[in-house]
Amino acid sequence: MSHVDDDIQSGLFRVHRQAFLDPDVLAEERARIFERCWIYLGHESEVAEAGAFQVRELGVRKIVFVRGRDGVVRALLNSCTHRGAEVCRERRGNANSFQCFYHGWTFSNEGRLIGVPGEEAYGTGFSRAQLALREAPRLEQYRGFWFVSFDPEIAPLADYLGGAAEYLDLVADQSELGMEIVGGAQSYAINANWKLLVENSYDGYHAQIAHARYMKYLASSGAVGLPEGRKWNSVRDLGNGHACIEYTAPWGRPIAHWVPAFGESAAPEIAEIRAKLEARLGPERAHRIATTSRNLGIFPNLVINDIMAITIRTFHPLAPGRMNVEAWSLAPRGEPPEHRRHRLENFLTFLGPGGFATPDDIEALESCQRGYASTPREWNDISRDTGAAEPPITGEHQMRTFWRRWQSLLAPNVTSLREGRRAAGR
Amino acid sequence: MPQAASALSRADVEDFLFAEAALLDEWRLDEWLALFTEDATYSVPSTDSPESEPSDTLFLIADDAGRLRSRVEQLLGKTTWSESPHARTRRLLANVRIRRTDGARIWVTSNFVVYRMRSNQTAAYVGRYEHVLERGEKGLRIQSRRAILDLESLRDVGKVSFIL
Repeated sequence: MSHVDDDIQSGLFRVHRQAFLDPDVLAEERARIFERCWIYLGHESEVAEAGAFQVRELGVRKIVFVRGRDGVVRALLNSCTHRGAEVCRERRGNANSFQCFYHGWTFSNEGRLIGVPGEEAYGTGFSRAQLALREAPRLEQYRGFWFVSFDPEIAPLADYLGGAAEYLDLVADQSELGMEIVGGAQSYAINANWKLLVENSYDGYHAQIAHARYMKYLASSGAVGLPEGRKWNSVRDLGNGHACIEYTAPWGRPIAHWVPAFGESAAPEIAEIRAKLEARLGPERAHRIATTSRNLGIFPNLVINDIMAITIRTFHPLAPGRMNVEAWSLAPRGEPPEHRRHRLENFLTFLGPGGFATPDDIEALESCQRGYASTPREWNDISRDTGAAEPPITGEHQMRTFWRRWQSLLAPNVTSLREGRRAAGR
Repeated sequence: MPQAASALSRADVEDFLFAEAALLDEWRLDEWLALFTEDATYSVPSTDSPESEPSDTLFLIADDAGRLRSRVEQLLGKTTWSESPHARTRRLLANVRIRRTDGARIWVTSNFVVYRMRSNQTAAYVGRYEHVLERGEKGLRIQSRRAILDLESLRDVGKVSFIL
């Protein structure tokens, strides 16, 4: 059966709750989505120097994201080619080599096998060259965002990103010096299906209710109006299941919309950042970067929300009703310390497991997951603004973009279109 | 040297911290907030960066006095869905040590386990507190309160939706 019911004529779009509950669906997602798409690994700033490494958990796989002494970035699978133990047991750091503690095999930070205790015991068939650490079959980057794929045949990353590249540009263009991940990662778990966080991350419909307390805080902190100039409220289907909502919001933006909560002393600094943006990118693009908020979903599991600060968020399912989440703050490199402080404070007002909003999102997602257990044969309705020529961010076009792609990858031979089902006589 | 601070015993500090913990477990958050100075801060570092500062590192919580007041107001309101209805919590404090005194200020560390019970799940937050206390006319006040988690991540506990 199709888990997606897409009735274009009546404007009805539904997703079956088994999509969030069924372990077989998760197994299919692992095989057909997580193994076959480009999956976010990390940002270039996290492996800036030779030897710098980060161990990343991509579902069940642990990957050493590392820059070798040759300057090349690699995605090494964290398993000794001898008998399989993990060769890197720190979460991050800088290393010339990784030595397996089990029998002492040593690998360079380029993945080459460079040391085997008692090597003379092996026969002529033993080849160091063939025993390098295994790498993810594909590794590519766009504007400093590194992705891996386990499908050797996958299209190049730039093709896969499609229209999403434009929105990554709107983030990467914020500094002429490049962007960097700020220290301090928010690592947590949610007892809900991973696709609920996809939906939630660009859901403009829930904000006024689910985030009532944040909105009240925002108003009390003096942010009451929208930035001057053009008001945005758009949703874009970016191809391949990616979608973005772009809108004008009342919160302050470190780049570069001042609000009273930043304090009077920060106003000249923000004006200066804005002026530099204009000089570098022209008034129109600078205005867009400075005043619009953008929630970007890159299929399947990367969210880059450039809102009151920039968060990169990625998540992997452990079970139908549980996911691990990693979130970071991305910021312009070389940002003045006082401005960096404002940015981080602004981040924390809304974002993260201790913020004034994310905990309520987590609560909502877990509540949905519990609700599905009570109603496993029911459907979710995702039909808002199906008829709109230019759907607003309070609609659900962005989620439908995700779900259509999800269904087409999960079951390529099953159509989600009602019309199609009728034509096939089902 | 002001004799006030030097005269403070560990038992005095423990009495204060135990009373503070009771106010939190009883969700008497207005009274808890009244323990803070006007310029107070409350912070929780990210689990991968326990020894850092919120000015240049992403924390989980880094409240100044204004955001702390707002946090308490939100937690006592009805639209903080993650804590409405609010969780049960129980704090166990131990290993209280006065680390330093300087005039009216006292630096205190203690170890904690905070249990949070909600939706039939129990989460254990393990770590240490760093309190900077000030001794004034109204007795001890909290100038800075940092809860540093020993957890390697929040995966086992989910979030920090209450006052840790």
